[in-house]
Amino acid sequence: MLGLGADLLWADMNRLLAFLFHQGVLDEQFLQLQQLQDETSPNFVSEVVNIYFHESEKLLTNLRALLMEREFSDYKKMGIHLNQFMGSSSSIGAKRVRNVCVAFRAATQQNNRAGCLRALEMLEHEYCYLKNKLHELFQIEQQRALAAGVRYPAQN
Amino acid sequence: MIVMANNKISALIVDDDSIIRKIHKTMLERLFNIEAETVKDGKEAVELCRSGANFDIIFMDREMPIMDGAEATKQLRAMGVKSTIVGITTRAGGEDREEFLAAGSNHCFEKPLDRAKVEVVLREHKKFTI
Repeated sequence: MLGLGADLLWADMNRLLAFLFHQGVLDEQFLQLQQLQDETSPNFVSEVVNIYFHESEKLLTNLRALLMEREFSDYKKMGIHLNQFMGSSSSIGAKRVRNVCVAFRAATQQNNRAGCLRALEMLEHEYCYLKNKLHELFQIEQQRALAAGVRYPAQN
Repeated sequence: MIVMANNKISALIVDDDSIIRKIHKTMLERLFNIEAETVKDGKEAVELCRSGANFDIIFMDREMPIMDGAEATKQLRAMGVKSTIVGITTRAGGEDREEFLAAGSNHCFEKPLDRAKVEVVLREHKKFTI
């Protein structure tokens, strides 16, 4: 049936979103982001999220490089990276990533290198999970848009 | 319901994060019909205002390189800038808020800036009526 593919994909999308909200991976800020998407910018959410991925990976690389330095002591610089990560994560609704950044920042404020290392691993894990799930969401969205855009000739 | 009175509101978004500048600009324009310019640190904001640009509202990030939000707010007030200044910080605790308010900002919110927070600011603005 014509609309069934698009409807099923729509249900899949909503199920995945509900799951991500329930797990605390995303919060209502993600919904606010979706509300900014319209016909004039139909890819707004994926554009913003892709910039977020690009910037986040740079931040994670910088954080790991700092912590791996033999004579590491620049907790202040680490705090600056974390502030940026926190800000961008909260702005796209990436709640769990943001929360790990808060714990990570607390470890930097205590000059706790071991704590920072643990927090970094957790952050990398949460970020990876978020990225995979959002990619999955965007893929379903693309498939739905394709399915909804298919036209068949009328049957007489 | 908030209704816009005579003129369009103008805003300046000051944040070193390109993602946040994009989201905030789009939110202000799409949800509130507010024209928004963006700059990436406090020094640029100060120089823009010094050059004669006027904004009804300035959304000012706290943590920025070159010049942070509290310092930029202080300098803007010292220049006589009367815009509503809204400080935005990643810290929930009172220290940043106190610093922003002491520097002369009208509000200070924790990130993210969302619809409800913008409405709080607009309710106090003379260009809006309820």
